[in-house]
Amino acid sequence: MAAVTSVLDVGALKKDFPLLSRGNGDHPLVYLDSAASAQLPQAVLDAMDVYYATTHANVHRGVYAIAEEATRQLEAARLRLGRFIGAPDPQREIVFTKNATEAINLVAFAWGRQNLGAGDVVVLSEVEHHANLVPWLMLQSELGFAIRYLPLGGDFHLDLSGIDRLVAGAKLVGVTAVSNVLGTVVDLDPIVTAAHAAGALVLVDGAQLAPHRHVDVGGSGIDFFALTGHKMLGPTGIGALWGRAELLDAMPPFLGGGEMIRDVRFDGFTPNELPWKFEAGTPPIAEAIGLGAAVGYLETVGIDAVAAHETALVDYALRRLTDAYDEIRIFGPAPDPVRRSGVISFAFGEVHPHDIAQVLDQYGICVRAGHHCAKPLMRVLGVPATTRASLYLYNDEADIDALVDGLATVRKLFS
Amino acid sequence: MNELEDLYREIILDHYRSPRNRGELPVPPAHRVEGFNPLCGDEIVIFLDVRDGAVHDLRITGRGCSISQSSASMMSAAVKGRPVGEVRDLVRSFKSMMAIEESPGDDGSAPEGSDRAPVDPGTLGELGALQGVVKFPVRIKCATLAWNALVQGLDEIEEGVDDA
Repeated sequence: MAAVTSVLDVGALKKDFPLLSRGNGDHPLVYLDSAASAQLPQAVLDAMDVYYATTHANVHRGVYAIAEEATRQLEAARLRLGRFIGAPDPQREIVFTKNATEAINLVAFAWGRQNLGAGDVVVLSEVEHHANLVPWLMLQSELGFAIRYLPLGGDFHLDLSGIDRLVAGAKLVGVTAVSNVLGTVVDLDPIVTAAHAAGALVLVDGAQLAPHRHVDVGGSGIDFFALTGHKMLGPTGIGALWGRAELLDAMPPFLGGGEMIRDVRFDGFTPNELPWKFEAGTPPIAEAIGLGAAVGYLETVGIDAVAAHETALVDYALRRLTDAYDEIRIFGPAPDPVRRSGVISFAFGEVHPHDIAQVLDQYGICVRAGHHCAKPLMRVLGVPATTRASLYLYNDEADIDALVDGLATVRKLFS
Repeated sequence: MNELEDLYREIILDHYRSPRNRGELPVPPAHRVEGFNPLCGDEIVIFLDVRDGAVHDLRITGRGCSISQSSASMMSAAVKGRPVGEVRDLVRSFKSMMAIEESPGDDGSAPEGSDRAPVDPGTLGELGALQGVVKFPVRIKCATLAWNALVQGLDEIEEGVDDA
């Protein structure tokens, strides 16, 4: 098997991540669950610690020096994130949220409540994460609109052959950019074209895209984009919604409280301007700064280098897995630099994912077993659960080799 | 791999590969009860035929991980033919082995006394093999799935819940 020629020096990169140096006592950590949450480089940890130790104060209101500095750093993180994903007007269009789920809920309950009613249509897909499904189901029972689903094709890509029929009459198309189960990279261009032709807006769940691929929301034609910090080397508790400024401007507020107002009287209030209209209460300041540092780290490594590394590595992984084990069944598309990411869901004979993950855990290998917050997709695939390994910039061939070797023990125990 | 050996003992794997008492029973006279572990998708369906105060017969269907399915199989072998009172005692002992504290009256019985002796897994026969699960807390729910469904079934029979 030819060695993977990587654009990244993973050996050096791994040293940037303190948790990856720990083992489980007997084995080094083989972390293959970045789709669930990624590890944090020291630079991100330092950024948050330094903030708390030297600069912490509440933002947007203090006159004293550290309050001004904290505000400056928070807003700098906003701009940095916005530029990283190609936002035309980051200062107004990047709304900090708790995570991607909250970002999607923001669109559902601020934009959706204002614009959807019985007789309207929202189009989602069969591969959506619950975050881009449940809010619409909740809103549907409130407002009575119909939901249609772009189907999954036999090749594990979305079947867009009937898209014009599906989006006819739709007001919004919500779709993931990368499936957290299948590793499918969705081709957004035809979806945007069809949606806009039908008069529908496009919301993209970018949770699995932003950490791994170059994103250009401004050039893509989409209308809303959700991302989460902890999947892109940042801390938990921070995410963002990008929305086109004119859309966000027209939407009513989502959560109410301090910060999101310009004026409050006993008989009413005036909301603040963008983006703070949608940021009620004290924001997760340290976490936003941490996310800014994470973006900086990805910029230094180079997001295109990350993508190229993962493409080569997932190619290696799929070949090693299918060569070694007849009984392995991959749920996901064929290797492809554009259309496939580093997420690998698989079945291993009849062995339950829980048991697979348990055995691999003994070797320090972290994979995820379950429905991956995509239960309707599991029904489409005809399985209750899969085992999922997911790659990121700090994974290398040795990690894949360990996974392949660990599966030998699974086979021994359960066949 | 001592820890793995603790969890996946031979007896457990045997029950997983050749589960006992698989199948269905006609409902009625049997009672059908379902158990489900939403975390990982383990499912269990128990068909319970209780006559003259004893578990006259039972069958199990379902699918899931080795722990949930083998525990269900071992349970079925352990309770078949036994009086309901003994079965409830066995459930308590098993859950105690799984380090689960039962609040008093969970199954309508007398509160747990502080003088209750710790359960010796050796007295539980084959079921003692599942003791290793305690080291893997996430899997305790897998091991107890069938037992909780069993208790629910017995409760429903006693309360006269109809089988639709």
